Amino acid sequence: MPIDFSNKPGLVIYFTAGDPDLSTTRDMAIAAIDSGADVIELGVPFSDPLADGPVIQRASERAVAKGTRLSDVLGICKEIRDARPQAGIILFSYLNPVVRFGMEAFAKAAKEAGADGVLLTDLIVEEAGGYLPLMQKYDLAPVFLAAPTSPDSRLKAIAEASQGFVYAISRVGITGAQTELANDAQGLVERIKRFTKLPVALGFGVSTPQHVRAVAEFADAAVVGSAIVALVEKTPAADAAKAVGDFVRSLKSGS
Amino acid sequence: MSTTAHSTSQLTSPAPMPASSTPGRFGVYGGRYVPETLMAALLELDAAYEAAQKDPAFHAELDGLLKNYVGRPTPLYYAKRLSETLGGAKIYLKREDLLHTGAHKINNALGQALLARRMGKHRIIAETGAGQHGVATATVCALFGLECVVYMGEEDMRRQEPNVYRMRLLGAEVRGVNSGSATLKDAINEAMRDWVTNVRSTFYILGSALGSHPYPTMVRDFHRVISKESKQQILEQEGRLPDAIVACVGGGSNAIGAFYEYIPDASVALIGVEAGGRGTALGEHAARFQKNGGGVPGVLQGTYSYVLQDNAGQVATTHSVSAGLDYASVGPEHAMLHDSGRATYTSATDAEALDAVKVLSRTEGIIPALESAHAVAEAIKLAPTMGKDKIIMVNVSGRGDKDLGILRAEMDLSGEAKG
Repeated sequence: MPIDFSNKPGLVIYFTAGDPDLSTTRDMAIAAIDSGADVIELGVPFSDPLADGPVIQRASERAVAKGTRLSDVLGICKEIRDARPQAGIILFSYLNPVVRFGMEAFAKAAKEAGADGVLLTDLIVEEAGGYLPLMQKYDLAPVFLAAPTSPDSRLKAIAEASQGFVYAISRVGITGAQTELANDAQGLVERIKRFTKLPVALGFGVSTPQHVRAVAEFADAAVVGSAIVALVEKTPAADAAKAVGDFVRSLKSGS
Repeated sequence: MSTTAHSTSQLTSPAPMPASSTPGRFGVYGGRYVPETLMAALLELDAAYEAAQKDPAFHAELDGLLKNYVGRPTPLYYAKRLSETLGGAKIYLKREDLLHTGAHKINNALGQALLARRMGKHRIIAETGAGQHGVATATVCALFGLECVVYMGEEDMRRQEPNVYRMRLLGAEVRGVNSGSATLKDAINEAMRDWVTNVRSTFYILGSALGSHPYPTMVRDFHRVISKESKQQILEQEGRLPDAIVACVGGGSNAIGAFYEYIPDASVALIGVEAGGRGTALGEHAARFQKNGGGVPGVLQGTYSYVLQDNAGQVATTHSVSAGLDYASVGPEHAMLHDSGRATYTSATDAEALDAVKVLSRTEGIIPALESAHAVAEAIKLAPTMGKDKIIMVNVSGRGDKDLGILRAEMDLSGEAKG
């Protein structure tokens, strides 16, 4: 399974698929992989992204307005997989588009598209009774979110249900870049690691090479999302892949 | 459609993880579909609500305030002129519009504010559509000295402007939301984002029987008083139960409160009225249960219920002349009552609701809220089809003062002969 963070610092790069368009998302993902991203998170745009800050909200709105569908995201997942067999790819979605697609149909299609795992923002472990066996059946890694507010009993359940890695949320709140990393982030990663040998990736508010370097001190990988999406927002589509590649290279080198 | 049935079974198949099952299910609907960050707060709320439910002191304080501050019980009024005009069933009106702040919403806002105070949370957030829940929340926050922030879609702020001013007068901060269609759904998204960010200090007073567990249950419990009272009142006045109860359904809080005590009484038809808007195409209405209207089971804002959406699972925009019914999903308990057939759901168009405002105003001297007017519109259709020995009870969930601006724009009465 190509979820591998051994090439330090581990780096997960998030894109809102379909912003500015599907082929650019594909090209940016490939550029990110070539510049050192270990795992790509392909975000399925949703009309009501209630866990997201303004940057990803705007990207989702643009992608939805363009008619981007879950099936389209699966399509570019396959193209990225075919182009770069070595990278990890996680499909990142709110639950409703997946429910509408059909949970098993989705799992099957995700596997066929070459995805390694799935993260559903608004699916907690207690509600995953129907989902987990399907992830297992189609050999997909279910990745769950862990929050600073999660008590140990929940972290244990989250760690046990997750595969591939555990996604630790650095701070309470929605997605978005911040100037400083939350100081309870390290504590959360340490708490998670008591319950699992899986890698732990830390996201939310991780936006600079300095952040990535700091995260690498205590976590296996950093997830950079809003900073990428903001860069895409301000860059013409024709230049986006190169801009993303340059940025990811700076994140990976830590400077 | 087959994909829907399929996904339903996948979502709700047994063997939850970990071993305990999730509470807050209404049949297959309901549950808790939230970002992990909120789970600790939801579990804390769950425990606090359960403890409060068992505490006689909590109920004593709530009941005392409902009586002396809010104005309960509300009358059950026989609308004689309306009934005679329609020439069929006797129509009774449950007068929630007479409550302090002008709608049923304060039953729940007061209950949740008491709970917030009990939990030591001093910052309150709320969403509002028509503004009635926002006003009710601002009111109880003033009463208890709590900080209050209300999220409201900018479209709703425009069309329910008097309520924006009322909230500000009561000391609340009203934050406009301009994403999506700038209505109730978008206000809830923004309130949930605030809650995720300030979860440690903040209590979210959700205003409808929506969202993740325990909200649908808790909101319903705080509105149960409507049907508790009405059952006793109709037995006193008529010596029997009504044949039908009619209530409008946005999220469904007034309807579930008006229905709840009658659910075991099979002889009583429960009729929810959704917003038919200005057409049957997706985007033109908010009728989640309407056949071929685009409403299918899905997950929105924490709960599994019917959601108006396109075939890619993107939530649809909605339209209703009444801001309080202008919402893409519906409370999960209504979804269960719909599927089981215990309740039926119909709709009234914008035009029918506007007409119903005029009819009730002129036959009974009661100006209903545009939301409640959808229920009145259904009674106007239904009563003539029933015998004079039959009884319909309509929940008049709110008063129409807030709607005068819309009414004036929609219905020019100048020069009209006295109706």
